[in-house]
Amino acid sequence: MSSIFDIFRKRPTANLARERLQILLSHERASVGQEGLIITLREEILAVIAKHIHVDRDQVQVKVERTGESSILEIDVTMPVHSMTLRT
Amino acid sequence: MAKVVVVTSGKGGVGKTTSTAALGAALAQGGERVVVVDFDVGLRNLDLVMGAERRVVFDLINVIQGDAKLTQALIRDKRLDNLMLLPASQTRDKDALTGEGVARVIAELRQTFDWVLCDSPAGIERGALLAMHHADIAVVVTNPEVSSVRDSDRIIGMLDSKTERAERGERIEKHLLLTRYDPVRAKRGDMLTVEDVLEILSIPLLGIIPESQEVLRASNVGSPVTLNAPVSAPARAYSDAVRRLRGETVDMSIPFDKIGLVARLFGRRVA
Repeated sequence: MSSIFDIFRKRPTANLARERLQILLSHERASVGQEGLIITLREEILAVIAKHIHVDRDQVQVKVERTGESSILEIDVTMPVHSMTLRT
Repeated sequence: MAKVVVVTSGKGGVGKTTSTAALGAALAQGGERVVVVDFDVGLRNLDLVMGAERRVVFDLINVIQGDAKLTQALIRDKRLDNLMLLPASQTRDKDALTGEGVARVIAELRQTFDWVLCDSPAGIERGALLAMHHADIAVVVTNPEVSSVRDSDRIIGMLDSKTERAERGERIEKHLLLTRYDPVRAKRGDMLTVEDVLEILSIPLLGIIPESQEVLRASNVGSPVTLNAPVSAPARAYSDAVRRLRGETVDMSIPFDKIGLVARLFGRRVA
């Protein structure tokens, strides 16, 4: 509940600093030595896709989004309609 | 047995040079033979903080390249006979710092001194890596502030993987030196507390240096704070840190400066 007194009483911020650091550093520590991971994933995924369909290299996006406890790997492949035919 | 200490942080402006000077002087006051080495090639400042800027003739790069002998480059402190400075080069390119050259200089310094304090440049590049490479002990200087804590975490990772000791599979002793700490703001909840920083970085605490105007006053006059204002709060905190570095057990406290009633009434600033 906000009241008129909140104008004079700012919320403490150190807790937020600590929480943000704990989340950030748990990710950063885990990712040490994995800098090339995204690039490797991208190349291998691209190779698998290229076996079956024609895609432009630039149309494959590999992203990692960090949330509180885990990370989400996102693979975004844009395929032109004419490439939707299976290669044999 | 000489001890090589790197004073490092990742982030710039947190107090590496101030701390190197203060710790070096406090060690020398305790009778130890001390050399402080500036690794910040191109942006040297340890000479200025030590008040020796007008006496620099040769520097670390000159010694590495064989243009000067180590004894010619070392500058003896005017106040303490057993305290020496090896300045960095201000004009040379930082690529002039070679791994082999640094190894030779450090090995030679180990022969003559009890303590070799290496003042690391900011960053995680070559200069910072070379400054930490031969260290037995690392002093990680950190401010109670998010970007400084993050960068310290990164530096701790590098100490554990990129130093000579790490490469040999040995442990490197790491200590946290928390600087510019303001217990009042921490208590109010507006600054990370000592406990917060310790929990996040999980390395042992060497000392807590309170925010104080004496630090700036000391650098203004070119004297380590432990010599310039020995009874001030930061100087007492540095002296305690040095006793811990030497292996003594000293109760952890945050020294504070006494402020007179008049000063308090007229709102003299703490910082």
